[in-house]
Amino acid sequence: MAMTVMSRRGALLRTFLALVILTGVLTTAATAQVTSPAAQDRLAKLEKDVAQAQSAGDNAWMLTSSALVLLMTGPGLALFYGGLVRKKNVLGTMMHSFALMAIVTVLWAIIGYSLCFASGTNFIGGLGHVFLRGVGGAPDADYAATIPQQTYMVFQLMFAIITPALITGAFAERMKFSAMALFMVLWSIIVYDPMAHMVWGKGGLLNASLGGRFPTLDFAGGTVVHITSGVSALVCALYLGKRLGYPKEPILPHSVVLSFIGACLLWVGWFGFNAGSALAAGSLATSAFVATHFAAAAAVVGWGLAEWLRNGKPSALGAISGAVAGLVAITPASGFVGPMSALVIGLIAGIVCYLMVAKVKAAFGYDDSLDAFGVHGAGGTIGALLTGVFAASVVNPVFKDSAGNPTAVGLIEGNAHQVLNQLVGVVIAWGLAIVGTLVILKVVDIVIGLRVAPEHEVQGLDLSQHGEEGYNLEY
Amino acid sequence: MTKIEAIIQPSKFEAVKEGLQEIGVDGMTVTDVRGHGRQKGHTEVYRGREYTVDLVPKVKIEMVVPDELVEKAINAILNSAKTGKIGDGKIFLSRIDDAIRIRNDERGQSAL
Repeated sequence: MAMTVMSRRGALLRTFLALVILTGVLTTAATAQVTSPAAQDRLAKLEKDVAQAQSAGDNAWMLTSSALVLLMTGPGLALFYGGLVRKKNVLGTMMHSFALMAIVTVLWAIIGYSLCFASGTNFIGGLGHVFLRGVGGAPDADYAATIPQQTYMVFQLMFAIITPALITGAFAERMKFSAMALFMVLWSIIVYDPMAHMVWGKGGLLNASLGGRFPTLDFAGGTVVHITSGVSALVCALYLGKRLGYPKEPILPHSVVLSFIGACLLWVGWFGFNAGSALAAGSLATSAFVATHFAAAAAVVGWGLAEWLRNGKPSALGAISGAVAGLVAITPASGFVGPMSALVIGLIAGIVCYLMVAKVKAAFGYDDSLDAFGVHGAGGTIGALLTGVFAASVVNPVFKDSAGNPTAVGLIEGNAHQVLNQLVGVVIAWGLAIVGTLVILKVVDIVIGLRVAPEHEVQGLDLSQHGEEGYNLEY
Repeated sequence: MTKIEAIIQPSKFEAVKEGLQEIGVDGMTVTDVRGHGRQKGHTEVYRGREYTVDLVPKVKIEMVVPDELVEKAINAILNSAKTGKIGDGKIFLSRIDDAIRIRNDERGQSAL
């Protein structure tokens, strides 16, 4: 009996073994066909081609975005601000933006990029990329793995340009051109570069994607660009004082038409600002693009309705200002929130920023000539905090647990802590802007003096600072 | 020779010009001006503050005519420019000492 069982088991075993061997031989034969040297070469080339196509798509979008963001400064902001000042100051105002396109670029090439994005401390970058050393065709994987680092550098440059340009709205019609130039060089180094490094740079204290201690979600620059510039603007407005005749004499825009054109260029350019901050041409860029547009639209509705209710008529200037306010507020949130949240953020920003410029400014009496603080400072703060409320992992899984699964990002999703982190970023931005700007203003005032002489202010900046007239329509 | 200065509503200008040409007034000088008499301006709102804009756009027509033509010219202007509302404008008359045609140095009424 034992012999029969053993031999049956043995037969089963032998059959099983035979099957295993046969499967092994057949599989090996099949695998041998796929992993032959020729096939391996083709696979490798295919993978390289896919990566290059991805890279080409990303780089094309990023270069386009860079151009769009530069368009926001020139002529977007130049026109927007230019139209809001009196005719005698139109060139002076446009020169603020245009000069910065030149000055900040040179500064960026020499030291700015390095202070923002080279490895350094938690607060400022090092000198590793001074004179753009090491910034070439190869990607920097920490920042953007599929585009040349030079693309990343030039994209970021456009942000460094527009940020100080925003401040010029606060001291329009009374700042010396020489003082503005010196102020901006110092401001870029002392305020912008540290803030950009903290939020976006390697080792930055607030960097949410690279392990910062207080991860502040700021997709495209709500804190770095809008809060720093908006709050600095308020400091400048208070330090320089009011324009002659303000607020008794009516100081009205000489061409809302120019401002309208500028605002539309800002709206379109903002797609590069926000969607470009995805640093790639994928679905996150799409998400940011959509959120940007929706927020702008909702803010126009918000500001327009608020103004209609309060004044009886919705003004064109109010509508375009509303759009800008919405775009500012969505900037930090654009890559983290869904379209419906974007509508809400835009609506809130439109209403709150309207109240800032129509009520708060008049109540406090400061002459923030072109509402840089009311729109950028306030809008940026609102947007940064609301990012902590509306950010969702389904849009952008920015936080992961130890197993690699996405966890809740914002308040509504279930992470109440993020709003506190956002607050840290906001407070640091406010603090750096206030202290940095005050010190710089004092220094520049002592060295060259900030404000033009009263007779030059009356004559107008175009003639007194630039020896030109903006319009010679009689000729 | 009399100088007639008429300040009128811009929307009435074409009618006044045609009326004057019909009665034989060939030359005139036209300027865009701003001003007000009893007509109030309008309010604009800028960034939540209201501003009263006192000055209203008008058109000023200046012409020098022979004395015989003065009453006809005045009537032509009145008929074309009048609406009956505040803001219609005014006509002023003054004496002219002399007129000279630059092209050929002609003087006096034949220079008009």
